Amino acid sequence: MDRIPILKIGETLLVTIQVDFHDRVALALLEDLSEKIVNFSSKGLLIDISALEMVDSFMGRILGNIAKTSRLLDCHCVLVGMQPAIAITITELGITLSGIHTALTAEDGLALLNKLVNAKKNGKPSAKKQEAKWR
Amino acid sequence: MAPVLLVTQDLRTEDDLVHMRAAVKMHASDLGFSSLNQTKIMTAASELGRNTIEHGLGGLVIIEHLREPERNGIRLTFKDEGPGIHDHALALSDGYTSKKGLGLGLSGSKRLMDEFDLISPPGTVITVVKWM
Ligand SMILES: Nc1ncnc2c1ncn2[C@@H]1O[C@H](COP(=O)(O)OP(=O)(O)OP(=O)(O)O)[C@@H](O)[C@H]1O
Ligand SMILES: [Mg+2]
Repeated sequence: MDRIPILKIGETLLVTIQVDFHDRVALALLEDLSEKIVNFSSKGLLIDISALEMVDSFMGRILGNIAKTSRLLDCHCVLVGMQPAIAITITELGITLSGIHTALTAEDGLALLNKLVNAKKNGKPSAKKQEAKWR
Repeated sequence: MAPVLLVTQDLRTEDDLVHMRAAVKMHASDLGFSSLNQTKIMTAASELGRNTIEHGLGGLVIIEHLREPERNGIRLTFKDEGPGIHDHALALSDGYTSKKGLGLGLSGSKRLMDEFDLISPPGTVITVVKWM
């Protein structure tokens, strides 16, 4: 069975969805990602869907589940590169993808991930104490 | 003018669903649909094709080119001999699912296409049309 490759860059995981794929491949992606997030203690996940030609309710559900699952595993997820035609179509279809962070480009997505991850680090009292000690 | 049959394809496996989406995309693009409409047609086809496989226990899809003096269109017919849809209004309401879906497939594909027709039971025949 085909699998969608997952790249690890520092604390971030990067997935580029290139072609149309089977439902089973999408389900495998959810599993693979959860495993990698835990194994690498990844704090951010960037999913690039710029090459995707359509998102139906099944795919929408998988994307939503990936975002929710990664949040439970202490990892932020940002979806980048959605084509305008897909945004219009899924809205008409009725998928909300509420609660999913999005950015137009991979660059913007990485910037957003940094902000999300750092906001959390700075917000933690223990992390602040550590910082203070080191100064 | 009579409709032109573009392709008939079985819908039984996930492979069939992927092939069907590619075929729909190719024909919609050949007929000259805008890329937005290609995306809408492909998405509706994916929803209805998945229903044929999941709920209808497999069936087939017919893709046709509709020719009228003033307009051209694409017609997709999804047929299966499964359990059928007994309460049309319920099945077509947003969020209704007999399994664990989002329940947007039928209602959503109706919104994405220009015409939507459901004949069932016995079996299920769903016909959708998009005009150019
Ligand atoms: N071909 C079919 N044969 C029998 N029942 C069907 C068929 N297509 C749809 N239905 C019934 O209509 C209901 C609504 O279909 P719809 O596609 O809107 O939602 P779903 O398939 O349950 O979820 P989703 O498509 O969001 O994953 C289904 O749950 C099923 O009970
Ligand atoms: Mg469905």
